[in-house]
Amino acid sequence: MAGIGSACLFAGLLTAVYAAGASLYGVRAGNAAFVISGRRAIYCLAALMLGATAVLQSAFLRSDFSYALVAEGSSTDTPTFYKVTAMWATQDGSLLLWALLLSLFASAVLFLTRRSLRGIAPYATAVLAIVAGFFLLLMVGWENPFGTLANPPAEGGGLNPLLRHPAMMIHPPMLYTGYVGFSIPFAFAVGALITRNTGADWIRATRRFALVAWTFLGTGIMLGALWSYTELGWGGYWAWDPVENASLMPWLVGTAFLHSIMVQEKRGMLKIWNVCLIIATFVLALLGTFLVRSGILDSIHAFGASTIGVQFLVFIALVVVGSTALVISRLPYLRSEARLDSLLSREAFFLLNNLVLVALCLVIFWGTFFPLISEAVTGTEASVGPPWFNRLTTPLALVLVLLMAIGPVVSWRRISPAGLLRAFMWPVLGALLTLLVALALTPAGERPLALLMSCFAALVLAVVVQEFWRGASARRTISGDPWPRALSRLVARNRRRYGGYIAHAGIVVLFLGVAGSSAFLEQRDVRLSPGDTFKSGGYDITYERATATLGEDRAGSGAPITFGAVLRARDEDGKTFTLRPSRNFYPTQDASKGAIGRFFEGEATSEVDVRWGLRRDLWTAIRPDISALEGPIREANAKFGNSSGDVQALVIAALAERYRRDPAPATFRAIVSPLVSWIWIGGGIVLLGALIAAWPSPEARLRRVRSLYSARLGRDLRAEPS
Amino acid sequence: MEYAVALIVLLCLVGLVVMRPLLAGAPESPDGGAREELEAAKEAKYREIRDAELDVQMGKLSKEDHRSIDRELRGEAIEILERLDRLDGRAPDS
Repeated sequence: MAGIGSACLFAGLLTAVYAAGASLYGVRAGNAAFVISGRRAIYCLAALMLGATAVLQSAFLRSDFSYALVAEGSSTDTPTFYKVTAMWATQDGSLLLWALLLSLFASAVLFLTRRSLRGIAPYATAVLAIVAGFFLLLMVGWENPFGTLANPPAEGGGLNPLLRHPAMMIHPPMLYTGYVGFSIPFAFAVGALITRNTGADWIRATRRFALVAWTFLGTGIMLGALWSYTELGWGGYWAWDPVENASLMPWLVGTAFLHSIMVQEKRGMLKIWNVCLIIATFVLALLGTFLVRSGILDSIHAFGASTIGVQFLVFIALVVVGSTALVISRLPYLRSEARLDSLLSREAFFLLNNLVLVALCLVIFWGTFFPLISEAVTGTEASVGPPWFNRLTTPLALVLVLLMAIGPVVSWRRISPAGLLRAFMWPVLGALLTLLVALALTPAGERPLALLMSCFAALVLAVVVQEFWRGASARRTISGDPWPRALSRLVARNRRRYGGYIAHAGIVVLFLGVAGSSAFLEQRDVRLSPGDTFKSGGYDITYERATATLGEDRAGSGAPITFGAVLRARDEDGKTFTLRPSRNFYPTQDASKGAIGRFFEGEATSEVDVRWGLRRDLWTAIRPDISALEGPIREANAKFGNSSGDVQALVIAALAERYRRDPAPATFRAIVSPLVSWIWIGGGIVLLGALIAAWPSPEARLRRVRSLYSARLGRDLRAEPS
Repeated sequence: MEYAVALIVLLCLVGLVVMRPLLAGAPESPDGGAREELEAAKEAKYREIRDAELDVQMGKLSKEDHRSIDRELRGEAIEILERLDRLDGRAPDS
């Protein structure tokens, strides 16, 4: 079967080369048959990548350790869910995932544009084929996921325990879908530049793909944060880690792109800016993939050193140089069709929002690559930590939230100062009321930046509510519909606008969660014996007893041994509840640890227990001290090293029971994080807004039917689109 | 061996799919896709006109501003409709 997988990859590489060649020849020679043939080659590429993925997945599910990748990243005792997802935990497998997603996205967009963009689409096909070809070349030449072992081991190394978390296994495909999705507007932007067709056609054809990519990337980032919060055992959700930053940068620039393309669609402005943004987004997406895999920056996420770093860098450099040269050569065709009528216009505020988003990206870029830059300049590696990032990004985030409040109330082209004041009166009153309530009822006054953020967030939420209310009122005036119907038809008729407002509401809810949890977090690290009590953030927490279980970890990650604790917590109101933080121990394949010791001395992961709440979370983790077992483990290794598996299991059970009955003091971390749940809720609201905005509008669905009748303008505009 | 056989079979299958348009000759629409592009431009223009209408109903645009914006947008929309008519071989409405 491995031969079939390798054949799929090589056939895929040849197909991608053919797709690029046929498309370019077809469009240059005016031969539509070659263009269609090139497009069909992309469909074939998707089929080949699906075939390759099926072969590899089958090997993982069968635990076929003759595949080097399966032997490295899976084992017979890895739960089935994690066997399925283990493919993208490895470098070779994640390259295959990139190629698969890219071929599927490319097929979808080329199918949807098969009757339009005749000039641009063939060039876009060629660009997408070249990108896919690069990833296939990496796999065929250096990192073949179908590499086999002459002497397969009886047991595999197993999936990295840190990755045995549901969020973490969905997180990489989400991120990759986001990265790959941005290659679609990039490819069409290149096509538009080559053909000098720099209007909004390429944007209209690919806007929805950009939005889908943005949504997936954002969801992937959120899942990564959730994994960090619940799995890594340090209690935070964002550490400004290089790989986290690498995913945030294309998302930020992609956000700027999604806003600024509206200006090009509506006013024919910002053409240079838009092509630069999408090129930057795509390059940052490539850089994100490169950072995860290259290991050039220290990161908890960089799983394994790479052999393809140089190839990645060369490809990124080619993309940057080629795209920049193309933009420069097409500058005369990228002139704005209109001028900014007023600084009090939506396009002006979109531009400001873009500048802030790009500034945020630049700050993060500098902080992320500072260790490399300092090493290159001074010879010593220096890095910047979270305080540096927080100090620079917080003011920018505040400005961004303020702009989110102003942008929606300002109309295109211009708004009078009086109109702006009128539109802002109620939201400003709402924000002031929030300020007073926050000062009176919460400790927000001690943290001015958090207070300012809550005030601006209230302004944004009030603006969003006002926009819905005013829109629905206007509809009621025209149609006489009851409120719920007026509201639903308003959203259905203007999905992009109101979906965007919902996304804005989600972002500020998320920012509120970040502000509250980072400004008012209380953390305590204590060492306790059973019966001891400590206080943290208004809770009395008692370590009741130790636990030790075999093969019963709550997360279903397949850990054979779990040591933990039962904690009894009581809040200020006297309400009590139980928390059960634990630590999973995974066996190592290192024979020097002994037949019994290898179960206790392999990797260990924290299984935190969180009391989730809208007002605050109580987060707990334990680090059990099993040093008292070292002596008995040594004895057991000597005595039962050659015994049967059943006997060894009994010995391990006896050692675990010994810890349970007489545990050494354990180290606990308890964190009380106010409002942290609003981060996840905000993320969910953003997702909902993005889905509404991306959903095809009734106009789009009816376009084909209407086109048959060549409707006239006035009648079309009077007609209800649904 | 498995690799070679699989590669030959896969390349033959891909060849069958990609060669078909070359052998059959590509069906080409007479307008070269211009209709689809104009239809998309028309819908985008309609959306802009509706957006401006919503803005004036919500009080974001003054009636005066809306009149000038609306006139401009409708002019652009009519131009698109005329181009669509020309594609159909009909004389634009006067």
